[in-house]
Parts: sequence; structure tokens; C-alpha cells
Amino acid sequence: MSDEIPVRPPTSSLRIVATLAVAGMLSGTLLVLVHQATQPRILAHKAEALRQAVGTVLQQPTTTQLLYRVDERLTAELPEGASERDFAQVHAGFDADGALVGFAIAHSKAGFQDQVRVLFGWNPRSERLLGMKVLESRETPGLGDKIEKDLDFVGQFGSASTPLLGVKAGAGSGAQQEIHMITGATISSRVVIEVINEAAADWAPLLEAWIAEAIGA
Amino acid sequence: MRQTTPSQDLFRGVWRENPVLIQMLGLCPALAVTNTVANSLAMGGATLFVLCGSSLFVSLLKRLIPHEVRISTYILIIATFVTVADMGLEALVPGLHKALGAFIALIVVNCMILGRQEAFASKKPVGRALLDAVGTGTGFLVALLMMGGIRELLGAGTLLGFPVFGEHFEPWVIMILPPGGFLTLGFWLLGLAWWTERRAQRAVPTDGTTPQKEAA
Repeated sequence: MSDEIPVRPPTSSLRIVATLAVAGMLSGTLLVLVHQATQPRILAHKAEALRQAVGTVLQQPTTTQLLYRVDERLTAELPEGASERDFAQVHAGFDADGALVGFAIAHSKAGFQDQVRVLFGWNPRSERLLGMKVLESRETPGLGDKIEKDLDFVGQFGSASTPLLGVKAGAGSGAQQEIHMITGATISSRVVIEVINEAAADWAPLLEAWIAEAIGA
Repeated sequence: MRQTTPSQDLFRGVWRENPVLIQMLGLCPALAVTNTVANSLAMGGATLFVLCGSSLFVSLLKRLIPHEVRISTYILIIATFVTVADMGLEALVPGLHKALGAFIALIVVNCMILGRQEAFASKKPVGRALLDAVGTGTGFLVALLMMGGIRELLGAGTLLGFPVFGEHFEPWVIMILPPGGFLTLGFWLLGLAWWTERRAQRAVPTDGTTPQKEAA
């Protein structure tokens, strides 16, 4: 029996490149087909999840109204021929007497691993938050994902005032603006706070203008 | 490579070479997502699907894939099936998909799957590769269910969400938290090691002679 290890003839660069290119194209084609087949159901699930989340962050309003951000003003009607996916949206919530409860605003920002998308209920007149829910996040399991699973953290957003101020767990002066961040998930919890502060500052003038115009308050 | 029969290919991965309990592969999802039986089922099912799909294509294309880029190509094939599983779960069971979070995408780096492609599927015909994938995937699913069942039962007092112990049961919350994964896996491994040793001792003849090895 020979001790020589059989030598494999080298493969040409062209064949290597062609193999990877064809494999990539086939993979891409399959993924596009599966994406097209699953997307309608995924979008329907997301719409239902959003509807339930709006109810949660606005503390179960009696009615809601969808508003679109068109040319830096809020309107319930889309321009003719426009798709609603092209415009940022907020949900206005009203109580049984028709009084405005607040607005549910979705906003996202880069977290520790990926984009963190947050929905929060906010009343711009009182500058009080009504609730917060993480819609999408791929933060580290067991650490960063506590921003949606830690009920103590999430519960703080039900009564805090904007602009929010993140403080270490167990620290702070007890002010309404303070949010105690999660130990071990400081970046993720800070991202949630920044998302709300940025979105509140961005939307405040539009919401105020809409309240003055539509409700006349 | 040692010659095996089709039934050995199928059943080897289920128990004798179970990827989690014997080979200690794929421990990251085994520890992280087995806090409920439903999560274990979804993760085990997704991994089984990826393993079968990848083994099928790797075995089919083994003569076309140059040796120099075989690992890259295997990973591309595995990643494709993981993405398909990810989108399928999101469309069919969004709650479970959200509960499993990043761990579905992390199936790509499960060394058990790449290991089966390199060690078996790339050297065997399609049928044998599929049998091996089904056996190994089922073994992974069984191990996840063994952990998920214990953790949900003790950590929440339920099985698949149905109460088992009644309302007076105080759940051992630690079992559904990360330490519960380590504890459960540790106790399973302890129990299996004890059982294996006991079987080995019983196989020793009582007259003190050592058992003769079977003819090769």
C-alpha cells in the first residue's frame, strides 16, 4: 500500500467563480420566490400586531384615526394615487367622549445588533407618555431583548414625561423624566429612550398643528 | 469511512450519536430556546428542515462543487434554507417566530449542520444523505423536546400551555430562565452517563472474565 497522499488537481479560477455565481443566483431566485409567497401573510400579521400595539400604548382608546405625514402636515387623506407605504403614519386615539387621548408613534434606530423599532403612546400637550412597545428588535437574547421582556422597564414608560432621561438602575432622583436603564443592556435601553426623544421632538410641531386645526383646542 | 447500512444512517443520529446529548453540538439553541415545548418544537422543526434541504442539495451537487469552495457553497446552501425557514415561520406562526428571535437566523452557524454536510452528505448518495439528515435532525428535535418538556413542566407547570399540576403548584421560575437550561442539560447528561455505565456493567459477565470483543 502506498503512503502517498493523492494530489487533487487544482480547479480553474473560472470554474470556482462560476460555481459561486451560479449558487448565489439560484439561492437569490429561491429566496425571492419564497419572499413573494410569504410576504402577504407576514404583512397581514404585522398589521394586526400593530393594531393591538396601538391599543396597548394608547391604553385601549375607544376609537383611533390613522394620520399620514404629507408635506409636513398631518392628514387623514392620502394624495390621489399615492401609496400609504410612502408616508410616515401616526395613530390618534380618542376616549368614549371623543376627547384626544394621545398619539401612537412608531420610530426606529440602530440598536446593539440591528434596528430597534418602537411604538409609543404620547400626548404632546401634557408631554406625558402613555405606554411603549418594542415592535421589532434583534437585540442579544437574554440581555438586550429585556427592553421588551422586562416588565419593570417597559412599565416605566406608562407615566414618564418627555424628554426622557436614562439613569442607571437604582440611581436617579425620582423625577418623572427618568427611566431606569437595564443593567447589562445599557445600549439597548438607551436606544429606546433616544428613539422616543427623537420621535417626540420630530413629531411635536405637526401634532400640535393638527390638534389646533382638527380639534380646535 | 466505515460502511453503514441505511437503517444505521437513519437511527444513528437519533440516539447513539445524538447531536446534543452525545456529540454536544448545537448547544446554543438547545440552552437558549428550550424554555417551552412549543419553542423546542419550532426550533427543532426548523433545524430538521434546514438539515434535510441542505443535505439533499449538497449530495446532489457534490460532483459539481469544486473542493476549494465547498465550505463556502455549503454555507450558502444552508443560509438559503435558514432564510426560507425564517420567512416560513414568520408567515405561519408569527408568535413562535418572535419568541425564537435571532436564534432562527443563527441556525446558519450550527456546526451540527455544516458538520453533516462535510462528513456525510458530500460523500454519499442522495438517499443516504437524506436518511442521515432525517435521523440527525430528529435526534436534535428529541433532545430539544427532552429539555423543553422538563423546563416548561417545572418552570411554568404546563405542557404545550396546558396546566399539569393544578393551581396550587408554585412554578420554579429559574427553570425557564437561562440557568434552567444549564441545569436541565446537566441533569440529562448525568442521567444518561449513569444509564450508559450501568448498561456497561451489566454487560460484564458475572464470572469475572472480561467480555470478548465481537469479530470485526
